[in-house]
Amino acid sequence: MSHRPQGLGEEAGGGARGRSRSGSPGTGDRSGRRPSRKPAPKAEGVTGRCGGPAGQEWAKGSPRPDSPQRKQVEHKRHREELGKQKRSTARRTREGRKKKNGKASLKEQRASPKKEKEVPKKEMWKQLKKRRSPSLASSASAGESLSEEELARILEQVEEKKKLITHMRNKPWPMAKKLTELREAQEFVEKYEGALGKGKGKRLYAYRMLMTKKWIKFKRDFDNFKTQCIPWEMKIKDIESHFGSSVASYFIFLRWMYGVNLVLFGLIFGLVIIPEVLMGMPYGSIPRKTVPRAEEERAMDFSVLWDFEGYIKYSALFYGYYNDQRTIGWLRYRLPMAYFMVGVSVFGYSLMIVIRSMASNTQGGTSEGEGDNFTFSFKMFTSWDYLIGNSETADNKYVSITTSFKESIVDEQESNKEENIHLTRFLRVLANFLIICCLCGSGYLIYFVVKRSQEFSKMQNVSWYERNEVEIVMSLLGMFCPPLFETIAALENYHPRIGLKWQLGRIFALFLGNLYTFLLALMDDVHLKLSNEEKIKNITHWTLFNYYNSSGWNESVPRPPLHPADVPRGSCWETAVGIEFVRLTVSDMLVTYITILVGDFLRACFVRFMNYCWCWDLEAGFPSYAEFDISGNVLGLIFNQGMIWMGSFYAPGLVGINVLRLLTSMYFQCWAVMSSNVPHERVFKASRSNNFYMGLLLLVLFLSLLPVAYTIMSLPPSFDCGPFSGKNRMYDVIQETVENDFPTFLGKIFAFIANPGLIIPAILLMFLAIYYLNSVSKTLSRANAQLRKKIQALREVEKSHKSVKGRATARDSEDTAKGSSKNATKAGTMPHSASQSQTLGKKAQGPGTSSSASGTMLPASSHLPISRPAGIRPDPGHAGPQTHPGRSASRKSAQRPPH
Amino acid sequence: MELFYRYQDLAPQLVPLDYTSCPDVKVPYELIGTMPELKDNPFRLRIAQVFSEDGDGHMTLNNFLDMFSVMSEMAPRDLKAYYAFKIYDFNNDDYICMWDLEQTVTKLTRGELSAEEVSLVCEKVLDEADGDHDGRLSLEDFQNMILRAPDFLSTFHIRI
Repeated sequence: MSHRPQGLGEEAGGGARGRSRSGSPGTGDRSGRRPSRKPAPKAEGVTGRCGGPAGQEWAKGSPRPDSPQRKQVEHKRHREELGKQKRSTARRTREGRKKKNGKASLKEQRASPKKEKEVPKKEMWKQLKKRRSPSLASSASAGESLSEEELARILEQVEEKKKLITHMRNKPWPMAKKLTELREAQEFVEKYEGALGKGKGKRLYAYRMLMTKKWIKFKRDFDNFKTQCIPWEMKIKDIESHFGSSVASYFIFLRWMYGVNLVLFGLIFGLVIIPEVLMGMPYGSIPRKTVPRAEEERAMDFSVLWDFEGYIKYSALFYGYYNDQRTIGWLRYRLPMAYFMVGVSVFGYSLMIVIRSMASNTQGGTSEGEGDNFTFSFKMFTSWDYLIGNSETADNKYVSITTSFKESIVDEQESNKEENIHLTRFLRVLANFLIICCLCGSGYLIYFVVKRSQEFSKMQNVSWYERNEVEIVMSLLGMFCPPLFETIAALENYHPRIGLKWQLGRIFALFLGNLYTFLLALMDDVHLKLSNEEKIKNITHWTLFNYYNSSGWNESVPRPPLHPADVPRGSCWETAVGIEFVRLTVSDMLVTYITILVGDFLRACFVRFMNYCWCWDLEAGFPSYAEFDISGNVLGLIFNQGMIWMGSFYAPGLVGINVLRLLTSMYFQCWAVMSSNVPHERVFKASRSNNFYMGLLLLVLFLSLLPVAYTIMSLPPSFDCGPFSGKNRMYDVIQETVENDFPTFLGKIFAFIANPGLIIPAILLMFLAIYYLNSVSKTLSRANAQLRKKIQALREVEKSHKSVKGRATARDSEDTAKGSSKNATKAGTMPHSASQSQTLGKKAQGPGTSSSASGTMLPASSHLPISRPAGIRPDPGHAGPQTHPGRSASRKSAQRPPH
Repeated sequence: MELFYRYQDLAPQLVPLDYTSCPDVKVPYELIGTMPELKDNPFRLRIAQVFSEDGDGHMTLNNFLDMFSVMSEMAPRDLKAYYAFKIYDFNNDDYICMWDLEQTVTKLTRGELSAEEVSLVCEKVLDEADGDHDGRLSLEDFQNMILRAPDFLSTFHIRI
């Protein structure tokens, strides 16, 4: 009963095998012999239900891994005398049994595909398969040979099998065949691996093998575990299947950002906030940690807290709370130093991680930019996104594919049709003028508002609107300007992709301009406060002096110290800056959420439920559902991150707020997208814009680094708040640490390093290195372009040749192919002859086109004339079995050239 | 394992939980084609045919596993290219000829293009990708072309 399906499967497997290596004589006869021997395993399957006597004998005959060498050779010879015939039948039964076992235990079967999944990928298997039968035959004939030779052969075979195991995944076989082959190979390896070591080393060898296996398994499990640990993977997959990969790319970006922020959060909380809270002076002990008397009664009101005034202002979330004690607590933790270093390393880490991910992105995308040759082919074969699992998206995809086909047809037909270029030009200039006006206007508006807010801050009773005017105006600008730009951009009549780039650039400029105007206005404020500071300092001293020296008190009783809340104090510009940033972040977050709620969710609800009683079709007509605005969202995220970077030095708690924000927006936006958005009509590729976003992020990071660095380097810190109070500049803390805590010779070394005489040459050296690397990469890219041009030329020449030569001439040129293939060595200099020989060689080899192409390309790329006939495969290692079918050879070498 | 359950979900009446007893069950194409991953794919019939043993779209568990191992993100480029070629080769003659191309375009655009446009596109494709100018794309031509496509890998996979 059970052997019937098995036989069927066998047959199918055999058929597939025969198909996969059709044309190879070495294996062809093997597979040809197979059907004739089919009855044997069946019969055995009948007699012994699972396995049969032959299988048992096989197991007996096989040498134990730990048996002595001599014996093993004996066994081997004995086995070989039994003959190949026996062996193959035995193997077949074993295979069959294995298969049955595999079926029987589902677990096993599930394990092995997994195993295969993890294996690294490369391709060189086919001749393995072929070489096995000749090597078996030779081992049978040279049965009397020395044991060393045997060993060497076994070693070779084991290596081959191992290779087979690792490369199993690349074979285009059915799963059942893969399974059996894998089992076979694994068994073989297991059997002979132990026998390979000599004498004492044997056990060690086996042990090592065991350990490597364990290690590999562990790594695999660990990898599985890691993939399971990636957060929100399912959510993102869900979105991906509904909206295509571009929307998912935003969420992946968001997730990445969340990870970065978590690291920053850990850094700041672990090294600054927690030590301060645990070991610093408690609240209310010194003036900077106390709410001033004037604000005290309102300090707990929600409206005050909501503005991050009151108790929040005098908490560890802000710069001003920190004390300038050199060390705190019993650990003698150097808090000011830590604060400074953390501030620096936040930027350092962010820079590093952004650049690293950019680099890894570019490494993946080296093959871009040469798609010009294959526009239509790419459109045809790669435009369908197999991830799409939603009929609405699929509809959109169909439409977009159709339009893109039409577009490129039109492009092809009238590629150089220029109509009314003056009008377009005029419109574009007009559009740019309008947009620049918008940008200037928004910049001035922000400047004006910030100025006004400074006046408001001096007044006592201001309304809620007046207090939050800056944030509201900025958010409103961010909300309304992009659509305005879009309308203006419609004038320009650009290609959508270029239009998108322009749009992104303009929004970027808007945000950046706003941010910098904001910063400049803030900086004015800071300077104002700084100039006032001297006065306040005097007042403070004077107050304290008066307080202690005032008459009317009993001189013998020491006066209680002034309550910290009563000490007059400076305005602490750092905290003010921090508060501005925190407010900006929070209001930005709220505006984003409200926009999503109103603009997307309510609109979707309205459209959905009012559609039943409305004059026209709301879903298809005007309001419709909202699309997910990828570029706007990504830019918003990037700018938010810029604000975090800028503000985190003055408000250490800002990163924590941002982590919360990202977390909530992950869930909220996921929900909003799934519930109330529709897929895009025009999807732009995620893979390309990824690095674009990263580039923007890098730019923003750099731009946000500038003001922070400026304030650190050139503004004196407030005299009565923050970890650097009392110092002339913030970076003095390093000098102080070096002088006081390090041995003197280290201090000398630092002083020496900081010497301009050393720094300037170092910078020069760096510039030179950059110049050098740049020129190297330029040369490489030029070489690349040349090679591409050469390929193009080859193709052209080929085409013309083809038109001249008939098919018939190509057919009978097989003999001349070998002679002319010598010319192929001069491919670099004479593309014509090379191509000729190529076409000839191609015809001779059948489909082995690209093998000869790679043969000629390799010397060309290295600029060295290597004499290598095009007809013969470039790698001598591959040339061993000459009975390759042309197909497998070309398959192998087709991947050889990396372009 | 997950795949097995998915497979089983497709046809609970056909596939027993205990896979030991009858390993030779085939799930008909009608059920395979309704999987959410495939149901909107214009090439679902081709995919099912290519991966099924006898080309009729009915799949055993092994075929099913095959399909998703090829379509997974971890499958190497060449393997994917090989199967993509088979999928686009509608008449199974190991060459993508004019007819195959027309089929592909029609499926991709759902017949929205006119006949001239379709044939123009097909000619263009042949013109671009046909390395040996025999009027059809061989596997080498196809691989040569597809391995340079920037988003082949990102689009030619199915997530489970």
